[in-house]
Amino acid sequence: MHAFTYHRPTSVADAVAKRSADADASYLAGGMTLIPTLKQRLAQPTQVFDLAGLADLKGIVVTDGAVTIGAMACHADVALSADVRRVIPALSDLAGTIGDPQVRNRGTIGGSLANSDPSADYPAAVLGLGATIHTNTRQISGDDFFKGLFETALKPGELIVKVSFPIPKRAAYMKFPNPASRYAVVGVMVAETAQGVRVAVIGAGACAFRLSAMETALSKSFSVAAIKDIAIPADDLNNDMHATAEYRAHLVGVMARRAVAAIA
Amino acid sequence: MTKISLTVNGTARSGDVEPRTLLVEFLRNHLGLTGTHVGCDTSQCGACTIHLNGKPVKSCTILAVQADGQQLTTIEGVAPTAQQGGDALHPMQAAFKECHGLQCGFCTPGMVMSALGIVERHKNDQLTEAIVRHELEGNLCRCTGYQGIVNAVLMGAKNMGVRVA
Ligand SMILES: Cc1cc2nc3c(=O)[nH]c(=O)nc-3n(C[C@H](O)[C@H](O)[C@H](O)COP(=O)(O)OP(=O)(O)OC[C@H]3O[C@@H](n4cnc5c(N)ncnc54)[C@H](O)[C@@H]3O)c2cc1C
Ligand code: FES
Ligand code: FES
Repeated sequence: MHAFTYHRPTSVADAVAKRSADADASYLAGGMTLIPTLKQRLAQPTQVFDLAGLADLKGIVVTDGAVTIGAMACHADVALSADVRRVIPALSDLAGTIGDPQVRNRGTIGGSLANSDPSADYPAAVLGLGATIHTNTRQISGDDFFKGLFETALKPGELIVKVSFPIPKRAAYMKFPNPASRYAVVGVMVAETAQGVRVAVIGAGACAFRLSAMETALSKSFSVAAIKDIAIPADDLNNDMHATAEYRAHLVGVMARRAVAAIA
Repeated sequence: MTKISLTVNGTARSGDVEPRTLLVEFLRNHLGLTGTHVGCDTSQCGACTIHLNGKPVKSCTILAVQADGQQLTTIEGVAPTAQQGGDALHPMQAAFKECHGLQCGFCTPGMVMSALGIVERHKNDQLTEAIVRHELEGNLCRCTGYQGIVNAVLMGAKNMGVRVA
């Protein structure tokens, strides 16, 4: 690991100002992605700003219409929250499938979204439930957030403060984990929301995406039968040593049908 | 160098570290607590599992500076009288011995720390073999084939007063 200096800012304004003043600096949340990256010398920040001391990034608040999760809430906080389970059990289930217990005790929702790993789970919830990402300067609709491989709408130095998930009528998340890493080979979130049916896929493409063909079919009839003949083109899907593009296309259909079956 | 002060197994400890020093390096090389092992250094194997403020975490994937001011428990602090030089085992350690939950023993400190996390999370409900297997996903063992470990976690939990199905 290359050397860097370490800082623990105590306010969002302070963190953003110092991080923005140095193009080679980095925020540190749970470190479950950043520290392995530093060990491999794939990143070489000059300064690291630990977000652990920022009170504004903490906590989970459930109101009538939404669950709002602070960027520094760890996956275990979300998975084990009785309030979250009461209103969006699919979100608890999703958080509970991330990595393993030790990873869930450190990794955060803010870090996961900022990183936008193609195999990360939370992007399925953000896109599938139609969440809004609140940063230090603005609100970004989930539909506008994921831009490509490890690429998001965040500007350099922009800080995720919290994420709010509207409570759906019903939702389910199904994941086919890689047996070694637990990251998703493919994951699908299906939700019936106030804005209609949403189907979001992770693991299969460069970043999370929605499947409009399935959304239309499920809007007409919310049943496994309605989507069983929808073919998923493999053309632009990920192809690596874990799964071919064709296998991923197949898994998208299987995971979507399982998700619908769980809540139909 | 950055000065850090933290509580390890109930005792206040401090030291000067570089920001890039991993917590596991601080525990092993600075404090001499070599019970915490490094199996992979790539966040996969769980041999380095310790408790940070009561929660199991992988100490190879935390900077020592991040643990400044926090409460840590390592395998050395688990047995009731270990800090006073006693050799009585914790019920979970005893269960690993009883159930052949180890062969070479390299993964064992991490397994025990993860097992105690499972007990903590399920002390008010019922523990099953399926839960134990799912929640040991962060710990790898190259020797046992896991059956002895799963049996040990269930026995240890039972002897700690948890309902086991
Ligand atoms: C063994 C293992 C298994 C895993 N399995 C899975 C899995 O199954 N599914 C899954 O989804 N993930 C998995 N992960 C990744 C894990 O969920 C991480 O928690 C997550 O990818 C990053 O979150 P973090 O809090 O650790 O962020 P960090 O590693 O601290 O940061 C990641 C990046 O985000 C930036 N960042 C952090 N917080 C913010 C913020 N609030 N605003 C702006 N930028 C920010 C950082 O600067 C950094 O560039 C796994 C990780 C490990 C080590
Ligand atoms: S040494 Fe930390 S997970 Fe393997
Ligand atoms: S007993 Fe040898 S690695 Fe588990």
